[in-house]
Amino acid sequence: MSPTSVPSKNSEAAPKRESAGAAPRRGGGPSPLVRFLVRRVLTALLLAVGITLVTFVLTNLVPGDPVAANLGQRALGDPAIVAQWKAEHGLDKPLPQQYLLHLQGVLQGDLGTSQQSHRPVLDDLAEAVPATLELAGTAILISLVAGVAFGVIAALRRDRLSDHVLRVLSLVGISVPTFWLALTTFYIFFYRLQITPGSGRIDPGMSAPPHVTGLYTVDSALAGQWDVFASAVGHLATPALVLALYTIGLLTRFTRSAVLEVMGQDYVRAARAKGLPGRVILFRYVLRSALVPIITVAGLAFGSLLSGTVLVEAIFAWPGVGQYAFKSATTLDLPAVMGVGLVIGAVYLVINLIVDVLYGVIDPRVRLT
Amino acid sequence: MTLTISGLKVAVGDREILRGVDLDLQPGRVHGLAGESGSGKTMTGLAVLGLLPHGAKATGRITLGERDLLGMSAKELNKIRGGEVAMVFQDPATSMHPMLTIGRQLTEHMRHHLGLGRKEARARAIELLGQVRIPGAASAIDRYPHQFSGGMRQRIAIAIALACSPKVLIADEPTTALDVTVQAGVLRLLRGLCDDLGLAVLLVTHDLGVMSAVADEVSVMKEGLVVETGPRGRVLRDPEHPYTRALLDSLPGEKA
Amino acid sequence: MKLPQAWRQPLAIVGGVVAVAWLVIAVAAPLLAPHDPLAQDLPRLAPPGPGHWFGTDQLGRDILSRVMYGARLSIPLTLLLVALSVLVGGLLGACAGYFGKWADETIMRFADLVFAFPTVILAMVVAAALGASLANAVLAVLVVAWPAYARVTRGLVLGVREREFVISGRLLGFSAWRSLRVDVLPNITGPILVLATLDIGTALLLLSGLSFLGLGAKPPSPEWGAMVASGVEVFDSWWVATFPGLAILTVVLAFNFLGDTLRDALDPRTARAIKERAL
Repeated sequence: MSPTSVPSKNSEAAPKRESAGAAPRRGGGPSPLVRFLVRRVLTALLLAVGITLVTFVLTNLVPGDPVAANLGQRALGDPAIVAQWKAEHGLDKPLPQQYLLHLQGVLQGDLGTSQQSHRPVLDDLAEAVPATLELAGTAILISLVAGVAFGVIAALRRDRLSDHVLRVLSLVGISVPTFWLALTTFYIFFYRLQITPGSGRIDPGMSAPPHVTGLYTVDSALAGQWDVFASAVGHLATPALVLALYTIGLLTRFTRSAVLEVMGQDYVRAARAKGLPGRVILFRYVLRSALVPIITVAGLAFGSLLSGTVLVEAIFAWPGVGQYAFKSATTLDLPAVMGVGLVIGAVYLVINLIVDVLYGVIDPRVRLT
Repeated sequence: MTLTISGLKVAVGDREILRGVDLDLQPGRVHGLAGESGSGKTMTGLAVLGLLPHGAKATGRITLGERDLLGMSAKELNKIRGGEVAMVFQDPATSMHPMLTIGRQLTEHMRHHLGLGRKEARARAIELLGQVRIPGAASAIDRYPHQFSGGMRQRIAIAIALACSPKVLIADEPTTALDVTVQAGVLRLLRGLCDDLGLAVLLVTHDLGVMSAVADEVSVMKEGLVVETGPRGRVLRDPEHPYTRALLDSLPGEKA
Repeated sequence: MKLPQAWRQPLAIVGGVVAVAWLVIAVAAPLLAPHDPLAQDLPRLAPPGPGHWFGTDQLGRDILSRVMYGARLSIPLTLLLVALSVLVGGLLGACAGYFGKWADETIMRFADLVFAFPTVILAMVVAAALGASLANAVLAVLVVAWPAYARVTRGLVLGVREREFVISGRLLGFSAWRSLRVDVLPNITGPILVLATLDIGTALLLLSGLSFLGLGAKPPSPEWGAMVASGVEVFDSWWVATFPGLAILTVVLAFNFLGDTLRDALDPRTARAIKERAL
């Protein structure tokens, strides 16, 4: 069975006009990957401008009165006070001018001053964003690991008991009202069983770790404050799990169908015809392909996680963007609302960019064309 | 090594797709398997390697030398697959993983079946690419399938099939998805490999033109049964079964 | 009578039974409810027991009756909401897909922008700006829900538009509107229906979430999300929040069971179009 070579008896059979068809891997100009990334970043920047416009329009063209929401009943009766308040917040100028002022400010890193906290919106957000990123980031990691694992199991055991059980569980996962689940787990595990820590990011009485990233788990670990680290992890676990349940359900369902679709592909059958072990086929052939749609959905799922933070943060008193958004939306604190919109939009763009880059990394057809 | 299929039946639920197929493959011979779509010829090829679709069940005997492939455990069969019996599929655009380099796809089963090291496998892969006449094999090995034309891809697929020096090659419509201009090249390559390596080839095709170009023996299938078997010249020139005659008559301008 | 394959599935049957049960409760709440949902005449914060099986809230109202009456609010509003999303999103998406060019660009870029925001946050801003009321909450959810239908409809219309019978219709000189109505519409109703079924759950979750945040139904209305919110205040009386939450869960679950089964019954191509919609 030693490898043998073919004598060149059939040399006349050699194809004459079939081109090698391969694009040169190195040539003049930037590499395809760089060009791909530049294109993506430019698209993202365009969208960013669109987002500032939408946040602005939404907060201005809808019939809500920020003056009424922020001034007391008596002050509202006094036109002078109302006018002064409007002038203070730039609300007396025409809308297009307000937008340009807003955009100019954004470019200089000035998101205005919150009408509620009387602090720069940027400062408020600088505190809130890491808290939410820590929570949502942990949740998406949990969701990806659990969702992909469950989805693969369901696909491999298609139509068997474990598949049916996982199907029901994942549907329950996407059906539970997040705010109710947060409340219920808080009640059972903290109030009744006292096995989870209460609200907030660390135990009361503990001081926050020195600020590096704003993520308490990372900062405390960097500072070697292991008691703070343990506390931060403990506080993070329950809200992150509650938040993750919906996306776990989503990713389980999605991974299952993506894996099943790939398993029906010709190249998987060809891989089986090569006698490769099942483990190799699953990881090298099936998961590699299935990962592309899974990453897309995970990116979208991150958006629904950010939605969920509004509800979960309220219950666990997590001082993040969700709570800040809620407070500023209910008081019509326009600079704060626009700031939140901008930050959320920026997070979306970054997520999309990450998804795009991952496409390029995983799929050579994206990278090399 | 000879591959003998006898009394092969395949059923999906209540429906019988193959109703007792007999075929005989000899080393150095190309056995053409013809028939219209749905006649069961592809199913026959897949049954040999146990690659039948979800829910299909095969009975009968498929013997490779002395061993019965149908009675084998999944683990034993996995040693045969890609090792002693290899397969080439219809559409080279879909039968290779688009995200793995062709080098990876050429070497992975060599390393698995033959226990070759990375370097040995790579050297052998470059050699194989040369054998199937891929220009610039040493650099082509690091490219991805989409960077090659259809005919090139099918040659690479053949190289992948040959990597572990199989004794039997099952080629399922290997030229159907290709341009007419490159079909002949791929067929000549198959024929040459069969002659030079002493491969037993099962060439599944609906195209009697392809058949007449390379096959030594021809079998014709209809509704899950082999209705006629014989040497190519005899079957194509002087068919015994009316169905074979009908198939031949339906070819416009084809002089069998 | 032999049921179609899809309906012989236990999940669809459970979902269907639960959904019908809730519809019956919504219709017959005045007959079924043991108490007046607004009357504050029972002992306050009584735990579940005879006479008030789900307990009473901090104002002495019967929670079972409130949950039943809540179905009269949540279920019709959710159905209306989804119907409006289908209508608005479907029309805009069909226009985008059918007319293409600038109509496509305008509508779909706008949809992209809406997509660039997390639903709850956008709906929250809209609801807050419009003023807290259940009707405004519905409007707010509508604002975030239509783009999904626009995308799917556009994709399906693009798929159908190039098929022969539509092209031949155009060659025969039928108007764009006629071919949209006669040729395209019947081909996309199935997938849209499945999508809508799956969306009923999402819409109810969003709507009750807004009410939970105080941006929807106003007290004393027995809206489920608002009832859960009132349970936060009386934390140790677990029944106040638990039962309305279970009501939301069972309704959403029922429609998700139905939608999931329907999706499996669809042919793979349309199923993929739905799968690729945003979440």
